[in-house]
Amino acid sequence: MTTPLFEAKNLQKYFPVKGGILNRTQAQVKAVDDVSFAINPGETLSIVGESGCGKSTTGRAILRLDDPTDGEILFEGQNLMELSKSDLRQKRKEMQIIFQDPYASLNPRQKVKQILDEAMAIQGVVSKAKRPERIRELMEVVGLRPEQAERYPFQFSGGQRQRIGIARALSVDPKLIVCDEAVSALDVSTQAQVLNLLKKLQKDLDLTYLFISHDLGVVRHISDRVIVMYLGKIVEIADKKDLFDSPRHPYTRALLSAIPIPDPSKSRERIVLQGDVPSPMNPPAGCRFHTRCPFATDICKTEEPELRSTTFMNETHKAACHHIEKIAETEKTSIV
Amino acid sequence: MGSTVNQSPGKAEIGAPESRFKGLMKQLIRNKSSLFGGIILIFFLLIALSTVLFLWIPGWNFSLMTHSPTSTDVLNRFATPSGDHWFGTDQNGRDIYSRIIFGTHLTIWIGVSSVLIGAVFGIFFGLLAGYYGKIWDTVIMRAADILLAFPGILLALAIVSALGASMNNVIIALSIYNIPVFARIVRGSVLEVKNIEYIEAIRALGARDGKIIFQHILPNVSSPIIVQASLQIATTILSAAGLSFLGVGVQPPLSEWGAMLNDGRSYMWDNPHLTIFPGIAIVLLVLAFNMLGDGLRDALDPRSKK
Repeated sequence: MTTPLFEAKNLQKYFPVKGGILNRTQAQVKAVDDVSFAINPGETLSIVGESGCGKSTTGRAILRLDDPTDGEILFEGQNLMELSKSDLRQKRKEMQIIFQDPYASLNPRQKVKQILDEAMAIQGVVSKAKRPERIRELMEVVGLRPEQAERYPFQFSGGQRQRIGIARALSVDPKLIVCDEAVSALDVSTQAQVLNLLKKLQKDLDLTYLFISHDLGVVRHISDRVIVMYLGKIVEIADKKDLFDSPRHPYTRALLSAIPIPDPSKSRERIVLQGDVPSPMNPPAGCRFHTRCPFATDICKTEEPELRSTTFMNETHKAACHHIEKIAETEKTSIV
Repeated sequence: MGSTVNQSPGKAEIGAPESRFKGLMKQLIRNKSSLFGGIILIFFLLIALSTVLFLWIPGWNFSLMTHSPTSTDVLNRFATPSGDHWFGTDQNGRDIYSRIIFGTHLTIWIGVSSVLIGAVFGIFFGLLAGYYGKIWDTVIMRAADILLAFPGILLALAIVSALGASMNNVIIALSIYNIPVFARIVRGSVLEVKNIEYIEAIRALGARDGKIIFQHILPNVSSPIIVQASLQIATTILSAAGLSFLGVGVQPPLSEWGAMLNDGRSYMWDNPHLTIFPGIAIVLLVLAFNMLGDGLRDALDPRSKK
């Protein structure tokens, strides 16, 4: 196996809930709770899950945009949690982020060329004299005309703005890019263009993506491997094909059954979960999914399941469920 | 006093800087109240400018003052308005019109300088509290709460009493009184702006805090600051006049308008022109700043764009 480019070990991010007269911490929202995963160089690892499951928080925590509460984040073997503020600033050129909202992610007061120039100036990756040339290059790389760099963000459409956001991320030659719902705010045709651009860039520039999305269709299109999160925990991690063809965790199965099939003659089994996601302030004991799981038994209420693999699963395919075997037996046929 | 600035900073403002300034001007002119306020303000500013030029530039002979603002004429006390003394004379026979003209630059200077000084410190503390949060926020905002708990004039009165009555001390006192007002507004706006994604993006690029705060956050919280400053100048001018009226402000013979009110107070019933004219001047100037401030607020509020 290749050595991973990036590794998160036992990552935790708790948000304090303050209140009362003295503004004391009264509770903790366990947005990300003990999450570990690795990203291999050149791959696209996706994190999916419904809103509030901690996928965006994970993305922000590994970039230390929100400092993790606990855990290790290793980039090329170096623990980012141990870096000083100035060392971290330098390290930031290796890891960039593309945001969800293309309207909020560009400063309305800067021209595009100022945005890109500033990014390069902060990291000192390109000398001042060469920056105009590099800006033209970046514009072309993301599919915009070089002369459009003279414009302000409000003169662009959502898709174009997202391309500018990508150009900004690329300007410092990063190795890892976190795409935080990067295409969710775009309409479908633009989504496809931006996704294809991301794919092309990955091939040309040897990029590694952590792709955070709630859209399973998009994830299926772009990923190599997929992580499914529920209530701050990883419930399943697998290669894309394994995950979509033979999901093992009941939550993943429910999630996948929600994908519409573009064939009206095909019937499908729709698994509808009961109830709501429990509060991350006070998550259920044992398996966090047991309150809504159709297969839950007593052990699920007390013992937290580990991420594990079994004989009939690929080595890289892991699910956090006590009943993987039982579920596989009851339904020999896969859902999709 | 205590006008609130309701607008969301940062996000919704769009447009190129040059055209934004032009657009702002256009909107201010189209708005009747801010146009009126602006015209009155320019009128007073020109008066102040003429006095400053007359006082400071040797050989400059033009002045709007018909008499010396301090020369007394005991034989001509309490004269009613006439062709020679347009607004009449006071208890010492000084020309009230000339005194008001002279007082214009004092009043504007006190108002503008104490708001500027207060704004600089207030913005600094507000940025600190808003951006760094935690203990900075707690300490700075509790201190601001304490300052704001005093009625403004009482706070200024206490400071001036401690420092001694003079124009500079009035400016110091009113500056201190202005600090928490700005700190609070800036903090609130920073909290709103600092989590917008373009600020996060620049953070993810590894920019230093100073760059993030001054080059990216500050410009995007400038609108509420500008609006508050113009409204605050009006409040401060009133407070300065109040201090002078109470006798702890600008000292005689300088003809600050509040001090003129104080002078005329004892003779108000028999010779109302001693107080009416400086009173009108204060009302007009305060009104001008308030109208302009309201106009600015409407013009800078992204929701009011048509």
